[in-house]
Amino acid sequence: MEEVRLMKGNEVIAEAAIRCGADAYFGYPITPQSEVMETLMERQPWLSTGMVVVQAESEVAAINMIYGGAGCGKKVITSSSSPGVSLMSEGMSYIAGAELPCVIVNVSRGGPGLGTIQPSQADYFQACKGGAHGDFKLIVLAPASVQEMHDFVFDAFDLAFKYRNPVMILSDGVIGQMMEKVILAEQRPRLTDEEVAERYGSWALTGKPASRGRNVITSLDLDPYEQEKFNLKLVAKYKEVEENEVRYEEYMTEDAEYMIIAFGSSARICKKTVEIAREQGHKVGLLRPITLFPFPTKRIAELAEKCKGFLVAELNAGQMVEDVRLAVEGKAPVAHYGRMGGAVYSPDEVAEALNEKIINRK
Amino acid sequence: MAEMKVEIRKENLVYQKTPLLTDNTMHYCPGCSHGTIHKLIAEVIDEMGMQEQTIGVSPVGCSVFAYNYIDIDWAEAAHGRAAAVATAIKRLYPNKMVFTYQGDGDLSAIGTGESIHVCNRGENIVVFYINNAIYGMTGGQMAPTTLIGMKTATTPYGRDPKLHGYPYRIATMVAQLEGVCYVTRQSVHTPAAVRKAKRAIRKAFENSMAGKGLSFVEFVATCNSGWKQTPVEANKWLEENMLPFYPVGDIKG
Ligand SMILES: Cc1ncc(C[n+]2csc(CCOP(=O)(O)OP(=O)(O)O)c2C)c(N)n1
Repeated sequence: MEEVRLMKGNEVIAEAAIRCGADAYFGYPITPQSEVMETLMERQPWLSTGMVVVQAESEVAAINMIYGGAGCGKKVITSSSSPGVSLMSEGMSYIAGAELPCVIVNVSRGGPGLGTIQPSQADYFQACKGGAHGDFKLIVLAPASVQEMHDFVFDAFDLAFKYRNPVMILSDGVIGQMMEKVILAEQRPRLTDEEVAERYGSWALTGKPASRGRNVITSLDLDPYEQEKFNLKLVAKYKEVEENEVRYEEYMTEDAEYMIIAFGSSARICKKTVEIAREQGHKVGLLRPITLFPFPTKRIAELAEKCKGFLVAELNAGQMVEDVRLAVEGKAPVAHYGRMGGAVYSPDEVAEALNEKIINRK
Repeated sequence: MAEMKVEIRKENLVYQKTPLLTDNTMHYCPGCSHGTIHKLIAEVIDEMGMQEQTIGVSPVGCSVFAYNYIDIDWAEAAHGRAAAVATAIKRLYPNKMVFTYQGDGDLSAIGTGESIHVCNRGENIVVFYINNAIYGMTGGQMAPTTLIGMKTATTPYGRDPKLHGYPYRIATMVAQLEGVCYVTRQSVHTPAAVRKAKRAIRKAFENSMAGKGLSFVEFVATCNSGWKQTPVEANKWLEENMLPFYPVGDIKG
C-alpha cells in the first residue's frame, strides 16, 4: 500500500532504499546527509528485508564495499557529501571500469576543501565530467523535491542495472534537510540469490558453478588495443544513454522569450522567479534538467532558436552554464548567476540578475 | 645396462596439478613465492570441495592477475582496498568462502586502514598476506616491511630508519584485535615449510566457514628479481635475514 508521510529528504533516501529492495548500504557519516545511515540503523532492515547496512571506516572503504557488493550482482547504495564523494572518486572510476551497477547519493555542500555544511551545487563538474581518472561517465539525476529523492532511488537502480553503470543522485543540503510530504512506494521484495544468479550470473560473482567459466570483476587490460575496444564500448553505451534517458521539466516555456536554466533546489527557487518576472511583464520560462548526464542539449538547442537570452542560475561559480553554452552554440546570449559557499539566492535576486544580465543587457 | 622404459599411466601417478589451477602460463618470475602459494590455496579449496562456494579478491601488485590462475570467481580490487571489497561480498553471501590475497605494500601501506578495520570487525574471511619486503610489481621500491639496511629502488643506499622509518609486523598488531581468531606466519621456501603452510591455509578457511572471525595468514616470501638474487640465493637470504625479523609460527589461535 502507498503511504503518505512527512519526511526529510535524507530520511527518504533510506526509506526508498529499503522499499525498492536494495541489498546493502555502505557509508560513512558526513553532514548534511548523516540522517541516511542513521535512519537505516534505526529501521534495522536486516531484520525485515535482509538488507545489509555497514558503517565503513571511511568513504574509501565504503565505495570499495559498493564495488564488492555490486560485483555480486546485488543492489547496493551509498551516500555522502562533497568531501566524502571526492574520496570515493577512485572507486567510482573502478566501478565504471568494471561496468558495475550501483547508486551513489551526493547531498552536496559548499567547497572547496572542508568548505561549509550548507547547500551548494559546486559538485556539478565532479558529477558530470567524470570526477576521477579515465574516460567514464556517471548517469546523474538531480532531484528538486523530497518526493524525487524517493522516486529517483528507484529510477537510479533501474538505470544502473539497465546500463551496468554507476548512477549518481546529485542532491544538496536543501533537499536533504527539508521536510515535505512524500508518497512512499510499496515494499518490493529483494531478489533471492537464485534470482540474482539467474539474471546476472553471466558476469556477477555468485561462486563458479561447473556450468560456466569463472567470472572476474576487473577493470584491467594490459593490451592497449583491447583496452581501447573497451573504451569504445563505453562510448557507445554513453551515446545510447544520451539517446534514451534525457529527462527535464519545463515551466511556462510555450511563449517564453527568455529562459532560466536551473537544476535541483535552485530550480525550485527559479520557479518563483518566473512568476515574479511575468508579473513584471516579461515572458520568462524555466527548464530544469532532471538528468545532468545525459544533458538536455537538444531541447535547449531548440529553445535557442526562438529565445532571446538564457540565464543559468546555479549555486556555484558557473559550471552547468558551460553545457548550456555548448547547447546554445552562440545563437543567444547566455549568462550565469550564482551564489557560493553555502549561500542561497532568493527568487528576487535571481529576477534582478535576469533583468540586469539578460533582459536589459547592454 | 638394461634399458629403462618410462610408462606414464594414470594409476602410476603420484602427483598431479589440482584442476583448480588453470593451464595459463604464470607471469611470475622463476623463484617467486606467489606461484607456490597460489598452488597451495587452489589445492586446499579443491580438497575442501569448495570451488563453487569460493570468491577471491585479488590486489594491485604482482598478484593482480591471480584470477587467471585459480579457477574460481574473483574480484580484482583497487590498490589496498581488497579488505573492503571482501567485506561486502561476505556480508552479501554469508555462506560463501571469501578471501583476499594481498602484498605487503597493498595490505600494510596503502591499505592499512582497510586491513585494520576488516580485522576489527571480525569479518568471517581469510586474509592472505604475502610479505616479500618489497614492491615487486612496480620495480622493487621500498615497502613498509623492507628490512633496515636493505637496498631497494627507492632506498639505493639501504633503508635508513632516520629517513624511511622502521619495518613493522602487522600480523602481531592485528593479533591483538578481538575480531581476529587466527594469526599465523608461514613461508614456502622449503618442502617442510610448504607442508606447514598448507595446513595453515586449511585451518584459516575452516575458521571462516565456522564463523569464528577473521583468519590472517602471512607468508614470508621471496622476490628474487626485486632482491636481485637467484632463486637459490633468495631462499637463503630469506632464511638468514627475513625469518629472524619475521619468525614463522602461530601468533594467535
Ligand atoms: C592508487 C595506486 N597507487 C599506486 C599504484 C602502483 N602500484 C602498483 S602495485 C604497487 C606495489 C605492490 O607491492 P606489494 O603490494 O608489496 O605487492 P608485490 O607486487 O610485491 O606482490 C604499487 C605502488 C597503483 N596501482 N594504484
